[in-house]
Amino acid sequence: MATVVEVRGLVNRFGQQTVHRNLDMRVEEGEVFGIVGGSGSGKSVLLRSILGLQRPRAGTVLLRGEDITRMDTAQLRRVKAGYGVTFQHGALFSSLNVLQNVQLPMLEHLALPRRALDELAHLKLRLVGLGADAADKYPAQLSGGMVKRAALARALALDPRLLFLDEPTSGLDPIGAQAFDELVVYLQRELQLTVVMITHDLDTLFGTCTRVGVLVDGQMISDTLAGIVDNPQPWIHAYFQGARAQHRGAKHGT
Amino acid sequence: MYCEAQRHGDHVELTLRGDWRLAAVRDIQAELAAVPMQGTARLRIAAAAARLDLSGAWVLQDFIAAAAAAGVSSEFDGAVPAALALIGRTRDGGAASSAVPGNLQLPWLDPALAVEGLGRRAVRSWRLVESLLGFIGRVAVAFMHDFGSLKRWRPASIARHVYDTGITAIPIVALIAFLIAVILAYMGAQQLRKFGADIFVVDLVTVGVLRELGVLLTAIIVAGRSGSAFAAELGSMRLNEEVDALHAIGIDPVEVLVLPRVLGLMIALPLLTVIADAIGLVGGGLLCKTLLGMPLVQYINRANDAIAPTTFWVGLIKAPVFAALIAIAGTWCGLKVRGSSRDLGRQTTLAVVQAIFFVILADALFAVLFMEMDV
Repeated sequence: MATVVEVRGLVNRFGQQTVHRNLDMRVEEGEVFGIVGGSGSGKSVLLRSILGLQRPRAGTVLLRGEDITRMDTAQLRRVKAGYGVTFQHGALFSSLNVLQNVQLPMLEHLALPRRALDELAHLKLRLVGLGADAADKYPAQLSGGMVKRAALARALALDPRLLFLDEPTSGLDPIGAQAFDELVVYLQRELQLTVVMITHDLDTLFGTCTRVGVLVDGQMISDTLAGIVDNPQPWIHAYFQGARAQHRGAKHGT
Repeated sequence: MYCEAQRHGDHVELTLRGDWRLAAVRDIQAELAAVPMQGTARLRIAAAAARLDLSGAWVLQDFIAAAAAAGVSSEFDGAVPAALALIGRTRDGGAASSAVPGNLQLPWLDPALAVEGLGRRAVRSWRLVESLLGFIGRVAVAFMHDFGSLKRWRPASIARHVYDTGITAIPIVALIAFLIAVILAYMGAQQLRKFGADIFVVDLVTVGVLRELGVLLTAIIVAGRSGSAFAAELGSMRLNEEVDALHAIGIDPVEVLVLPRVLGLMIALPLLTVIADAIGLVGGGLLCKTLLGMPLVQYINRANDAIAPTTFWVGLIKAPVFAALIAIAGTWCGLKVRGSSRDLGRQTTLAVVQAIFFVILADALFAVLFMEMDV
């Protein structure tokens, strides 16, 4: 199995505050990797470092073996066309309708015939469960769940093999969240994606992830789901052995 | 090469190979278009050697559909590619309709539609006027409501707006006032010199600046600076649902967002006008001294004669009115923002345009009023 994402010795520091100290992380092909951590533990900064939106103070970030921390803008642009991202609040462009939002990455990176552009964008929308009636709506007219789905469709626009999801189910009701989790698992299996997601939702974590990385004290402890639940580290223990987690643990038989 | 076609009697063997990826859609389509379909009844597709992603699969599916429409049946030699099967499963979600309307209508060519459009515009304009009047009413009600108690005046908030719209605008307002006075004096001197009436340049500059130009130009600069700032600030608060949050907490947005801005600007603009007047008079004096060789004492004496006691006040009295109009236009447009960042831009533009329009309209009304009052 090939390593898709590899982070070595990552250091991020803002003023006096050290967010990451020598953080290591590895995601293999075909995994669904969940990133967990308390508020302010640097989950978003880690994601931004991996996406190449922010240069870390030290350390390397390898995407399919290529170090993105030493790339120039043109190389980075090529790498960015190879992954898809959804942001926490969707980040749909409010002046474009849903279809145009999905088409934007294609227009930017490829020269496609008009018909192919329309049909492919509609295909991506159907794939995430949005009908043709949603295509010409503007983001302000969408419900929270539809925004998440539209954002996912835009992330899939360039047929990436690697998908980053930042809090994919935050703000959704439990039923909507479960439907979204099932969608992610379905797409991951059908499109052979590698998924890296930040999530706080234990249902999502247990329902979708194959491995989990916990951010504690600027470092990452990663393990399989079964392994991480038994980890003695105090924060992890509290996170997974809390009342809510036990309820789920019983349900999932861990 | 993404595919290879071999003819066996009435059927064609199509062997796919390589990466059928999104980036290659154009090339693949070109190659598929070259497959000989004439006299073909059946298509056997071997896809085992190719890797299809979703877009590649769509191209293949599109090709098969087009072939089927031409009466050519297709079958797969071996397994159907997974991505193609996936597309098949999403088909039920309703056929994709390209949203481009077939024939574009030209409404202005149809008299009935033109009349209808005119009516719609008229109604929409009237609604806008109604909304503006309603907004002014709400501001007035909030003002009367707050009038009684000092705490409700929110002095800190008003002071911040006096600073933002007034103090920080002093350099640009002073510069513009100076330049306008210089231009006025220069143009006036050129014309009046022909009649040997150089001395009346002083009348022109002092009366012009004090009565009209000082306050008008200051108001226009402030409309551009602060009218847009008000609209953008309130508009992004609307997009952020902050205005709804205020409503939900039980605070009237007009009271906390609009009123301090209106009152702040009504304090700041008269002060800016005084500064603009002073700088304008200084500029006129400097130009008279350097260009016309008029001693400063003479300039001041002449100015004293030219200016009636009311001249300064006639200019200054307009400032708070202009200020209220600018602030109301800015905040009204800001609170009208709906939905998208594009609307935010549109309303910000509208705020400035309307503020300047209202200011000039009010100035014209003032001119008529003062003429009737004989001041």
